[in-house]
Amino acid sequence: MFTYTIRRSLLAVPTLLLISLIIFLLLDLAPSDPTANLPLTIPPEVREQIRQSLGLGDPIHIRYLLWCKQFFINEPLNILEDMFGWQIGGDRLRVLSWQTRSPVVDLIVQRLPQTLWVVGLSYILGILIAVPIGVISAYRQYSWFDQIGTFISMVGFSVPTFFTGVLLIVIFSVWLGWFPSIYDTTHQVTDWSSFMVQVKQMIMPVSVLALYNASQISRFMRASMLDNLTQDYVRTARAKGLREQVVVLVHVLRNSLIPVITVIALGVPQVFGGAIITEQVFKVNGLGQLLIIAIQGGDVPVVQTLTFIFAVLIVLFNLIADILYGVLDPRIRYD
Amino acid sequence: MPNEGAAILQVKELRTVFQTRQGDVHAVNGVSFELRPGELLGVVGESGSGKSVTMMSLIGLLPSPPAKVTAGQVVFEGQDLLHLSGNELRAIRGAKIGFIFQDPMTSLNPVFTVGFQLMEPLRAHMGLSKTKAKDRAAELLDLVGIPDAKRRLSDFPHQFSGGMRQRVMIAMALACDPKVLIADEPTTALDVTIQAQILELVKELRHKLGMSIIWITHDLGVIAGIADRVMVMYGGQVVEQAPVRELFSNPQHPYTKALLDTVPSVRGTRPGKLQVIEGQPPILYGAPSSCSFSERCAHAFTPCHSQNPPPVAVDGDHNVACLWDVSEGAPRHG
Repeated sequence: MFTYTIRRSLLAVPTLLLISLIIFLLLDLAPSDPTANLPLTIPPEVREQIRQSLGLGDPIHIRYLLWCKQFFINEPLNILEDMFGWQIGGDRLRVLSWQTRSPVVDLIVQRLPQTLWVVGLSYILGILIAVPIGVISAYRQYSWFDQIGTFISMVGFSVPTFFTGVLLIVIFSVWLGWFPSIYDTTHQVTDWSSFMVQVKQMIMPVSVLALYNASQISRFMRASMLDNLTQDYVRTARAKGLREQVVVLVHVLRNSLIPVITVIALGVPQVFGGAIITEQVFKVNGLGQLLIIAIQGGDVPVVQTLTFIFAVLIVLFNLIADILYGVLDPRIRYD
Repeated sequence: MPNEGAAILQVKELRTVFQTRQGDVHAVNGVSFELRPGELLGVVGESGSGKSVTMMSLIGLLPSPPAKVTAGQVVFEGQDLLHLSGNELRAIRGAKIGFIFQDPMTSLNPVFTVGFQLMEPLRAHMGLSKTKAKDRAAELLDLVGIPDAKRRLSDFPHQFSGGMRQRVMIAMALACDPKVLIADEPTTALDVTIQAQILELVKELRHKLGMSIIWITHDLGVIAGIADRVMVMYGGQVVEQAPVRELFSNPQHPYTKALLDTVPSVRGTRPGKLQVIEGQPPILYGAPSSCSFSERCAHAFTPCHSQNPPPVAVDGDHNVACLWDVSEGAPRHG
């Protein structure tokens, strides 16, 4: 398992380099102009100067290698310096956002907490709701519980979050006035009442995303349980005179969780990616929203860096899913 | 040899139906038999004749729904198993009545160690502590002839071969010293050499532990080798019951005869084609009102299609449910 992990990690390096190149080339192909959002009164020759100052005049391979140097060497060194208080070398050029002129990594660090709180919480909540529902639905297949659960999860899975999000805003913010429709990221939690405000503004975005995640995972869970409930070893467990809870929650669940856990692991990068649309609907200024604004503004360094970080997370969690599979299923040996 | 005495398990008029969308399928139709202490009762019949379903019904192992035991009595140690609560039944399952299933490849849980699975019934029924259960589990593996038992407890099922896995299944069934062992085609999924080993093992264990065994199979050769008494099933009914020698030398039911004729002989010239019984066993959408074998029977005559023959004693322990008397070559009288 250890050599397998090492081998996979080493293999990830060329993969990721190739991904970063592809992202860069794709962005270069896109007809976006970083000066397009600037006031129309700016004359074309000034615009051209702005473009030149952003480095757009350099040939493409130079721009790519510069980004690589800034991202793979300069930024990690900065992080090391911040963490340990070292001083390594002099000033280094950082990956700067064209829109805000602030370093991209700082932007990400600013935005990450909102995304993790809202999207991460909804993912955890979704899992906690989905697993028991999937188990009960499968165990009582075609019962009322199962019928209702399957119906809701089908609806939750097929109705897009920008619809459920707006629907919730209309009902709970506009009609009932219970929750704010906009997520205020500057809100500080200092005491009980400010904590309640925070909870109130989180309820809608979290529940929209939790519904979506829960429907997806509960369908996996149910299918996996159904596969396992009819297996011969279940009959063996019953023939041994074990209690039904032990049969279902130990024997069947342990087997059913193997594929579900890998699905859950593969879904984690999406948490970091932020729920782009939901963040937009509720004005949560997390990573997803950062990406959208950067795309709209033709802010290539931000888009490039964010997309690449998502790619790293996807590769990483694929590896984690594979390793988990090997850990959970004794029949699988990688070495 | 089986000692004559009160039956350890008595089944009377057991009926099981499967409730399906097409209607009720009558899988077990009034099966009665008894199992005596120390005896090995062989149960034979084609696939779909109700052998397994009968034995699973006894102890509530059929998934319900769709299965439903509609009538009958299963007396074990003075209790009717069909009227016990789930908990009371669980206390008997695995403790006093052990099971071995057909496919050892899928009958063990792939993600738990063999030791864990062996210790489960020990801890559930006998309340052994972890260390005691472990010792006992190693003893059991040793008993069924798995070398290096202590170390193999921490192995997973996929690390065992098919025959070894079936030994593990047997060890699991024997864990709590059951009085009755129900073996549902335990050698069907194994090749002949392994099958022979398992048969030897069961024979040996049976004398060592003195339990009664119900052995379900479609292999008449296996039955001839190990059974004391044989019960032939067809269409969810017992069509013939007899001591093993009597059955093989003097079969009374046309179905039993036909079954015995299908066994190819290893001596003499090789026959051109294997003998078969033409047709399929019926799927019964109603309780049988005629002999269920009549459609395929060479001796069937008019009453066979309109009445369901009750079992008749031929002599002593031998009884048959057929209207045709083979020895006379004529319909049976009263």
